[in-house]
Amino acid sequence: MISDARRAAEQAARQSYGKLIAFLTARFRDVSAAEDALSDAIAAALNTWPERGIPDNPEAWLLVSAKRNLLRRIRHENVRTAARDRIMMAFEEAEERMNADNPIFPDERLKLLFVCTHPALDQSAHTPLMLQTVLAVDAGTIAKAFLVSPQAMSQRLVRAKIKIRDAHIPFIVPDRSVLPDRLKSVLSAIYAAYGIGWDGVDGETGKQGSLADEAIWLGRTLLAILPQESEAAGLLSLMLYSESRRGARRDANGQYVPLDQQDTALWNAEMIVEADDLLRQAGAFGSLGPFQCQAAIQSVHADRRRSGVTDWSALAKLYDALVIMKPTAGARVSHAAVTGRIQGAAAGLALLNRIAERDIVNYQPYWAVRAHLLTEAGETARASSAYLTAIGLSDSEAVRQFLQARLDAITPPGC
Amino acid sequence: MQYALIIRESAEDFKRREDPAYKNGWVAYTQALIQAGIMTGGAGLTAPETATVVRRRGEDHDVQDGPFPEGKEQLGGFYLIDVPDLDAALEWAVRVPISEHASVEVRPRLQM
Repeated sequence: MISDARRAAEQAARQSYGKLIAFLTARFRDVSAAEDALSDAIAAALNTWPERGIPDNPEAWLLVSAKRNLLRRIRHENVRTAARDRIMMAFEEAEERMNADNPIFPDERLKLLFVCTHPALDQSAHTPLMLQTVLAVDAGTIAKAFLVSPQAMSQRLVRAKIKIRDAHIPFIVPDRSVLPDRLKSVLSAIYAAYGIGWDGVDGETGKQGSLADEAIWLGRTLLAILPQESEAAGLLSLMLYSESRRGARRDANGQYVPLDQQDTALWNAEMIVEADDLLRQAGAFGSLGPFQCQAAIQSVHADRRRSGVTDWSALAKLYDALVIMKPTAGARVSHAAVTGRIQGAAAGLALLNRIAERDIVNYQPYWAVRAHLLTEAGETARASSAYLTAIGLSDSEAVRQFLQARLDAITPPGC
Repeated sequence: MQYALIIRESAEDFKRREDPAYKNGWVAYTQALIQAGIMTGGAGLTAPETATVVRRRGEDHDVQDGPFPEGKEQLGGFYLIDVPDLDAALEWAVRVPISEHASVEVRPRLQM
């Protein structure tokens, strides 16, 4: 277990790193050069801060360390490049700002978040780029989480950075007229980091190199910069609700436990309280967005901890709203599951049948819900086949075993 | 683009071939591949003890009992799948129901 103090030091180092990268790249657009200039400094910070504590002014510490490294390199390699000169100028500007009456380092990470999710960049690069530049997550960890080879991931990142530099993608907070759309990309990229390895209908997060902590942290960063955006609050609330159930998703034997059978005493009460507060805050702005709606769905589930029951009709209303706002395969499958629970299996199956085949052919939760509803409807043969497909599409042994047990339960002995 | 998913299993895996807890996962996985319309070939192989190895020694051929002794993992079978790119192939590779003592190698098919 990493102690809280170590974790705090690591977080402080990454937060400061993101601010410095944002400051540098906002001035000369070259993300790779900025990362290069800061790489030794962040490595040193991640090494020494957990031991010696967080410096009083973390950004200044990193800046001084980075500047020293850069000077040493210029002397050592005896080359001055235009990029290095510009970085040195930016470092000096940063130092002046910090030595002025106001010692607070300017936080330009929001601009960086918008650059990382710019529509001109390949969408598959958005989340990795954000994790690398804003949080200093190393490329190997990102590759592992995204299930690609480290070489493929670093190529993807390099291409995106070249595009940022050469296409002159602006480092600005988009204009009011396009802000809502551009903000959606930022929110989706953060949620993608959280949802990696997402499996099963009730948000079981995968085991492979989970970036859940990093995603929550990006969510906190975004909300700190944009406290007025209800969807930013909704997103953080949603992630916290999901995260609160992490300890309850497996029983003592490592078996998968579906949401409606989880022991609510194992849910993290602190996270739920924070998620509740955020959802209330978001609601005060008076506009309902998809992340807020998803958070509200999770709050209904979380309420079982207090009341002992799940309010299925409230869930149904929220899913009705969600599939109108954001008709993703995930939302529609969950909508069908809840409808099946309230109005009967036939109603749920009717909703499932309306989803286009290309959206569901490889989508595991669809087949798991379909198998469950077919079982309820008494169509055992078709249910068995759907269970087999759901098992075959699972990438988790625990989920495979859970579904196999359900399949065994409807298979007559001797078959 | 065709890829082979080459499965290497441990001695324990081969012994569990008839154990429903192990076997069912493979049946389900194969069904999922067929249903997705991407399976273009493949075969499961019997245990390595049943293998016979032929080698050329100059002009002669040498016939030997058993597999190559190297390594803890032995070839257990392979799937040949047709998917757009490596990312899609890897997505299917993580669904292969191997144990913790096995591996899946993903390799593009040689273009002829």
